[in-house]
Amino acid sequence: MSNPVLPGRRQHARLAADIGGTFTDVVLEHGGRRHSYKLLTTPRAPEAGLLEGIAQVLAAAALGPGDVGVIIHGTTLATNALIERKGAKTALLTTAGFRDVLEMGYEKRYEHYDLDLELPAPLVPRELRFPVPERMTAKGEVRTPLDENFLLQTLKKIKESSIESVAIGFLHSYANDSHERRAGELLARALPGVAVTLSSAVCPEIREYERFSTACANAYVQPLIASYLERLAAELKRRGFGCPLYLMTSGGGLTTLETARRFPVRLVESGPAGGAILAAGLARENGLDEVLSFDMGGTTAKICFIGQGRPEQSRKMEVARVWRNLKGSGLPVRIPVIEMVEIGAGGGSIARLDELQRIQVGPASAGAEPGPACYGRGGTEATVTDANVVLGRIDPITFAGGTLQLDFQKAKNAILARIGAPLGMDASWAAASVGEIVEENMASAARVHAVERGRSPERCTMIAFGGGAPLHAARLAAKLGMRKVLVPVDASVGSAVGFLRAPVAFEVVRSLQLRDDSFDFSQVNLLLKKMQNEATAIVAADALGTKLKTHRGVEMRYLGQGHEISVPLPARAITAQDAAKLRADYEARYEAQFGLRIADVPVEFLAWSVNVSTGSVNLKLAKFSGKNTRTTSKEKRTVFDPVSGKRQAIASYRRKDLAPGMRFAGPALVVEPQTTTLVPRGWRCSVAAAGHMILER
Amino acid sequence: MKAQEKQLVRQILWYRLIAVVEEQANVLLKTAFGTITREAGDLSAGVYDTKGRMLAQAVTGTPGHVNTMATAVAHFLERFPPHTLKPGDVLVTNDPWMGTGHLFDFVTVTPAFLKNKLIGFFASTCHVVDIGGRGFVAEATSVYEEGMHVPHMKLMDAGKRNETLFAMLMSNVREPMQVRGDILGLVSCNEVAARRLAAMLQEFGLTELDTLGEYIISTSRDAMRAAVRKLPRGTWRGSMTLDGYEAPVELRAALTVSDAGVHVDYAGSSPASRFGINSPKCYTDAYTSFGVKCVVAPGIPNNAGSLAVVTVSAPEDSIVNPLRPRAVTARHLVGQTLPELVFACFDEPLKGQVPAEGAGSIWILGLSGGPQVEGARPDTTRFNVISIGIGGMGARPAKPGLSTTAFPSGVGAIPVEITEAQSPLLFRRRELAEGSGGEGRQRGGMGAVIEIENTEPAPFSIACATFDRRHNPARGRAGGADGRVGRVALASGRVLPGKETYVVPAGDCLLAEMPGGGGYGKKP
Repeated sequence: MSNPVLPGRRQHARLAADIGGTFTDVVLEHGGRRHSYKLLTTPRAPEAGLLEGIAQVLAAAALGPGDVGVIIHGTTLATNALIERKGAKTALLTTAGFRDVLEMGYEKRYEHYDLDLELPAPLVPRELRFPVPERMTAKGEVRTPLDENFLLQTLKKIKESSIESVAIGFLHSYANDSHERRAGELLARALPGVAVTLSSAVCPEIREYERFSTACANAYVQPLIASYLERLAAELKRRGFGCPLYLMTSGGGLTTLETARRFPVRLVESGPAGGAILAAGLARENGLDEVLSFDMGGTTAKICFIGQGRPEQSRKMEVARVWRNLKGSGLPVRIPVIEMVEIGAGGGSIARLDELQRIQVGPASAGAEPGPACYGRGGTEATVTDANVVLGRIDPITFAGGTLQLDFQKAKNAILARIGAPLGMDASWAAASVGEIVEENMASAARVHAVERGRSPERCTMIAFGGGAPLHAARLAAKLGMRKVLVPVDASVGSAVGFLRAPVAFEVVRSLQLRDDSFDFSQVNLLLKKMQNEATAIVAADALGTKLKTHRGVEMRYLGQGHEISVPLPARAITAQDAAKLRADYEARYEAQFGLRIADVPVEFLAWSVNVSTGSVNLKLAKFSGKNTRTTSKEKRTVFDPVSGKRQAIASYRRKDLAPGMRFAGPALVVEPQTTTLVPRGWRCSVAAAGHMILER
Repeated sequence: MKAQEKQLVRQILWYRLIAVVEEQANVLLKTAFGTITREAGDLSAGVYDTKGRMLAQAVTGTPGHVNTMATAVAHFLERFPPHTLKPGDVLVTNDPWMGTGHLFDFVTVTPAFLKNKLIGFFASTCHVVDIGGRGFVAEATSVYEEGMHVPHMKLMDAGKRNETLFAMLMSNVREPMQVRGDILGLVSCNEVAARRLAAMLQEFGLTELDTLGEYIISTSRDAMRAAVRKLPRGTWRGSMTLDGYEAPVELRAALTVSDAGVHVDYAGSSPASRFGINSPKCYTDAYTSFGVKCVVAPGIPNNAGSLAVVTVSAPEDSIVNPLRPRAVTARHLVGQTLPELVFACFDEPLKGQVPAEGAGSIWILGLSGGPQVEGARPDTTRFNVISIGIGGMGARPAKPGLSTTAFPSGVGAIPVEITEAQSPLLFRRRELAEGSGGEGRQRGGMGAVIEIENTEPAPFSIACATFDRRHNPARGRAGGADGRVGRVALASGRVLPGKETYVVPAGDCLLAEMPGGGGYGKKP
């Protein structure tokens, strides 16, 4: 294995650790070999589990701390703090007259008929939202100067309330941040040691609710993340790790401790981002131009499109949903993220019948406690995992490497009680129906996402990872008209493996409103240069002299619309002629999505983005030169086949017994400690050079 | 086994159909120009069988549109029989009585084809920013003054745009580019959805949608009937007083639960107003059935089947059934309080299950500036923007009322930063009106309080057409206190009591406080 542009010294081992809600995954790569370890997350002191995992993989590889060249870390700490509301006591300084932006939200219901619905409580309660006289106009002109005396009085009050973190959110600060910056300076002086977040720094974009929400989320998790990162860094140092530590971000790039401390909200959902990075790396290594990555865990499934080895990017997500996991019931966060659709479809997703006796699966989940009925921990709801156990697709004995014995009878009882009996179906059919519906839910979401992004799933190869994906991948692929699925080695720890391939990256976004009929290219160049310098300064410090890559883009829309489409910018200075060229690029994308162009309306340019990164890490793989051999298995498992409506014995392989070049036809199961792959009838499986399984039909 | 598989496939197709209309609504959100559509979500989208019966609707959008659109398609088909329609046709109207209740809402219907065979229809609607006439005011005394009426016609004929219609429209509205853009958005979203439907049927080897449609409709109708059968039988009454325009509006409802379903009769309600606050029957039906569904069967999908179980009658030319050519622009003022009237009827048989009254209709702040405003200089900046003011919801029996949350409308707020970027207006304040929610065991939701000034030394106008509950509060339930009434005034002191359009003089500032929701239960 060679890593041409990777952070960390060449001959050293590389470590990645992903702390998830349920499990902590640690992966070590060294000298072409990979060791992984999975253990339960230790919520009270997350670093404990992580250090334990690191010790385990080092021992397995017979290495010591000094042999490690880099540690890459992703954590759900920020996400969990937001979900469980365990962040810092946070205050918000805001424009006088706008104290309640955070609480008023979108002012609409996300579900029409439910009279009981709940909206997320604001992260900062009203008594800690402090209005300050000041005002910018939409053009970024000062309407009312910042009242510094008033602010100083307010800061005294904040000091008395033992506030740990302060967000500053002023109206139109995306257009002019001078008041926010000045308030930040005064705050830092008056309240040393208190964390400060400027909305214009964390999210310089129009729409006050979303910007303030992002700033408050950042402020809310900042002290927690900062202290965690300090503890972790100190402990690693004490244990003799002298190597750099990087954090994985939701945008799919790595960042330094320092930047993570400033913008901890960018660490939200870094696990799923790691998965997408893994898929992107596999796409590049295997020459796959169009890929749909499919990551399915315990509570949700994530689907992401990857074109030319690069995941789709976006700048909006929702975290910490409060009402039945429904879209719209969470907090909006605008940060650079890998664009993916998250569906409430995981192993723990609960299946039930609605008033019309229709089977509904998810988004509610049985979680890890009590978990699916088959866990035998008191769960009585029928879940996707229970359905897979009833269908015979999961072996109750070897599940989770044999650490958790599953109870077939409990799974069957739950499926029968909740689904089968009311519908007059036997357990097998009821379980098959649950499987079918959950796959349909995912297919449906993928289809909508594909259309929104102008993609065609049928042209994609699927890359499937995460504990639940390999079981459902082939059937989901078939629903989407796809013909090929890749199940990588170490599929169940995909996110952590992905971390090892992520570039060091930073993305800067700025608003600059221009029109194609009055395009000021010199202003654009000036802005882009400033942004480039800002992003480069952050990345270069960590790039170890490697060459940096830049991706620049601009969001465009027809003048008067509210939805933008992102268009890439050329890698050179922008000229006057580019206005027409960018318009043409925009209109081509618009037409592909919406079926028409609007000739006589000016096009508007809004948010400009510059993403600077080191190159991504590609693994150089030895070409497989052996002969393909048809292989068979002596082991059989009895599974239910919905096509024939019968239970039948099919081949069951152990993944560790499969070697490059082997191939076999479905129906078959491939079992490994943390996951099982289903190769349905009509599909063939072959093992590629690197050990990845390729399923084709 | 075959039957089980068939059942499963039907379910999957049903879910798929719902995903298609959700996508349809999202395309509209993304392609719309008017802020009331793209930011506030005043839109809806749905799919219909070849007989024009609604099979599914998008969650994205607002109920007043959805339930009116449910019957709007049938009106189109009377004039354009299905067999006369070709691929590439798009039908349009903004008829208040056969569309969604006022001229501002355009409804488009696109026939969907699979291999040149008609398989169904997609309809969508959104609220355009202007339709000419007097603008978004209630001062008109007939629909002729309220703007341009587009009777049922073809917007596209076999793919060719009706340029005559577009030319007429664009020369009759104040914001021609936005209005045209929104209508093109309706065309786009229907087209994308029609393509999706054809692909879906092909994937499952189907050649038509009607069989599935029949299944959806009959299943939903049966489920809705079953839900109704769980209710006690009988007739219950409710009443409510609104401020109205020239005189207070009395609303009376008698709700009867029988084996056939739920019937709501509005006999005894006020006669139609001379001004534009009348709710056409289609809009009355829409919000009545919405209210019933919230209480009786929130989980049953909304379609022709479930809607059929709720029937509505109203005296001719009453405020809830005005006849042409009554003025109707601010029809939601009355229409959006009807679900709460339904709740009032249900309070007795379903004790402890329905919420207190809320702010009712959303306040649509139609803000205009320019030389046409009284007292303005000729060089004054011209603008025409909408902001949404939202009051508090009524307290629920076991939870407080939601503050500044629209109910029953699905419309939301427009960000201040967006409105300010479009006009010289500046909001001095937009926050919760403290103490506006009625006290009780559960407190009513708070309304919003807004202050707006012009950054230019020029007057601007504010249309108060939809600002109700300034005299008649949202009433508490089960001993809960009433919510605070709304208020509109100038910073200089003058109260603006009526529903007409007022001028905010140069240098002055508009103050508006939206009503709070009623409380529930006695405060301990």
